[in-house]
Amino acid sequence: MGNIVDVVKKSVAKYNSDATQLLDIIRDVQAELGCVTDDTIAQIANALNLSTVEVEGVVSFYHFFSKKPVGKYSVYLNNSAVAVMMGRGAIAKAFETEVGCSFGNTTSDGNIGLFDTSCIGMNDQEPAAIINDVVFTNLTADTVKSIVADMKAGKEVKAMVSDLGDGKNQSELVKTMVKNNIQQKGEVLFADYEIGSALKKAASMDASALISEVKESNLRGRGGAGFPTGMKWGFCKDAEGEKHYVVCNADEGEPGTFKDRVILTELPEMLFEGMAIGGYAVGAEEGILYLRAEYLYLKEYLEKVIEDLKTKGVLGANAGGKSGFNFDIKIKMGAGAYVCGEESALIESAEGKRGEPRNRPPFPVQKGYMNQPTTVNNVETYCSATQVVLKGASWYAGMGTDQSKGTKLLSVSGDCTKPGIYEIVWGMSIKEMLDMVGAKDTMAVVVGGPSGNIISEAEFGRKICFSDLATGGSMIVIDKSRDLLKIVHNFMDFFVEESCGWCVPCRAGNVLVTNKLEKIMNGNGSETDLNELDEWCSIVKGSSRCGLGQTSPNPIQTTIKNFRPVYEALLQKGVDFVSEFDMEASVQESCKVVGRTPNLGDH
Amino acid sequence: MSDIKFSIDNKECTAKKGQTLTQAAKDNGVYIPTLCDFEGLKPAGTCRICTVSVNGRNMAGCTTPVEEGMKVENSTPVLDGMRKAIVEILFVEGNHFCPSCEKSGNCELQALGYRYQMMVPRFPFSFPIRNIEAAAPNVMIDTNRCIQCLRCVRGVKTSDDKAIFGLVDRGDKANIGIDTAAAATITGDQAQKAMDLCPVGAILKKEVGFIVPIGERKYDKKPIGSEIEG
Repeated sequence: MGNIVDVVKKSVAKYNSDATQLLDIIRDVQAELGCVTDDTIAQIANALNLSTVEVEGVVSFYHFFSKKPVGKYSVYLNNSAVAVMMGRGAIAKAFETEVGCSFGNTTSDGNIGLFDTSCIGMNDQEPAAIINDVVFTNLTADTVKSIVADMKAGKEVKAMVSDLGDGKNQSELVKTMVKNNIQQKGEVLFADYEIGSALKKAASMDASALISEVKESNLRGRGGAGFPTGMKWGFCKDAEGEKHYVVCNADEGEPGTFKDRVILTELPEMLFEGMAIGGYAVGAEEGILYLRAEYLYLKEYLEKVIEDLKTKGVLGANAGGKSGFNFDIKIKMGAGAYVCGEESALIESAEGKRGEPRNRPPFPVQKGYMNQPTTVNNVETYCSATQVVLKGASWYAGMGTDQSKGTKLLSVSGDCTKPGIYEIVWGMSIKEMLDMVGAKDTMAVVVGGPSGNIISEAEFGRKICFSDLATGGSMIVIDKSRDLLKIVHNFMDFFVEESCGWCVPCRAGNVLVTNKLEKIMNGNGSETDLNELDEWCSIVKGSSRCGLGQTSPNPIQTTIKNFRPVYEALLQKGVDFVSEFDMEASVQESCKVVGRTPNLGDH
Repeated sequence: MSDIKFSIDNKECTAKKGQTLTQAAKDNGVYIPTLCDFEGLKPAGTCRICTVSVNGRNMAGCTTPVEEGMKVENSTPVLDGMRKAIVEILFVEGNHFCPSCEKSGNCELQALGYRYQMMVPRFPFSFPIRNIEAAAPNVMIDTNRCIQCLRCVRGVKTSDDKAIFGLVDRGDKANIGIDTAAAATITGDQAQKAMDLCPVGAILKKEVGFIVPIGERKYDKKPIGSEIEG
């Protein structure tokens, strides 16, 4: 107890008893104590003058916080669909055999803990795991063996990384085995640019003219929703508040996306300059980069980039050489929650709370971070804005389709020979994309990740753009050897796990549709079940509060539409109803207690 | 200040600026069903029963401010069907045994079940294992019946305005957590208030029960919503 009191006291003091830093406080405390017990929660609550239930609410909300010990070494192995496709099952088994405990548990000596985790943004190099914030990619049974041996020997985790990735992954402050896998560079994000030049140009303009320029470029949000960036900046600028904020959403959690990881690694200067441009446009002096916990390995490096940009005069006082324009950026860490990719949930999380989406209105541009006008934009959006400002709206709008201008980064993974990052001009067809990435015998493409659209060959002629197949960039290729419904089921498990739990249809409805899907997959489905499944999906989508529940049944609903025969092949024909009740399984427990074998007769 | 004009199911309505759709509807004699909403508490939008279609988009009436010219659809087969489904989802998500519940007849979930003529939920029961928290002297919480509307989270606070109830965990494991030390300070009067705030029988005042017999309670006499519809 004495130890807990001291650790909490130290951490709370480090963050000036500021409850908005609760996530940082919990992270520090857990790093020292190995978990956050009820006693620890009570101490934190007391120190911050919060109720224990508020602190417990936060601890229990985030995947990387734990009330139970997670081990001196905590292994978080990705269990996303592509990880499974790339052999995650065997890797998990190897970990369990070598470590001597099963997933979800910690060894009895408290040394190693094994845990599942949702997509960690490494789909192009799966199977992958995070161990004490260090990323391990392309795992094999052999590498698992040596990692576990190292853990048993007490080796420092960072020292277990031998082969470093490419580019800035090798830089002193990163030193990770993660690879960029940049397969195709395009005209916008990977074009040459001189650091600071775009902000200088932006700051020579009037803020309204700057916003007009961005509006003219038709740049739309790159996180997936596609809201016009210039319009968002305009709303934020015009909203009244004591302060304005610029927030960058670096919480890419959609399974299959990893493009922002590569931007953060290779183009952070362009990103931070874009945020400064946004700051100048909306009248903000403070920028926040909300970084997903999975990318903690980039934090120190990114902070150094921010410092360097201050030295260069791009950030800090008189940023971009503009007298009177001060702009600083700080990094706020997430703690493992997909829903925080939703902008208002992200703001809640940045304020140290549970990452629950807010009811809207008011919108973040009116009342966002600390209830002040806030523009939240995606990593790729800020980078694109930098280039728009530098090279002009008409240059940018000259690329792409009618509604979708410029380029888009795709994160391609799954069954193809060249997974990785592709900067494409909007308007490419899925067929062209499949040729580009070396995909063969493709059965399905998951466009925009699980919350998007799973399409079949009949639709491979469709185009990647907002007016046809919109995407935040996640593209998962599935070939004909795969069991499609297992993948769909994996996606549904993800949504059940990642729902914030606030609204009924998303919290409970996703469970019901997933169970119904299982019923069909187990061969206990009839035509009625399939039709009900489709209807129930519509109920969840039609009544959920935020984008998560409004899209979570998409994996089921789009496959019922595009792959109906896959479902129909599993249905029992000519019957209205099939019971999923399993008498033998149901009496197993009681039979075991009384020591007899089930005698079910001819039921 | 001039009134806002809008319509619900083609009926011309007026509202004051700042009103939510459910409040404005009520003032116009139109019932938009609610469950998590409670007068005087900040709307939460947890239950989604009040989902209406505004200019073709589904929105929760309790969190949507009314605006000039809104065309609201409220009582349509699709929306009423969705509401019925939500009631059914709540019935299978928890353990709701109406005949033995102190709140039977005063329970808003039960009343909505009758209003939407739920015979049996279309969804399989999940029969979850839930806790009963009875350590506090004046109040007990039976989470079997909890629908996580967050009324108690919003409306029941300690004398120094700290939370007693709060949402913990997430997804399908999300549940109402209790600051047990704070709950122990709840007085008998506060317990009664908390019980009245709870739309179901999850929060109960200890040592009293069934003072008004079942059959003579609020919704035993008139269906929910009839007080608005007249």
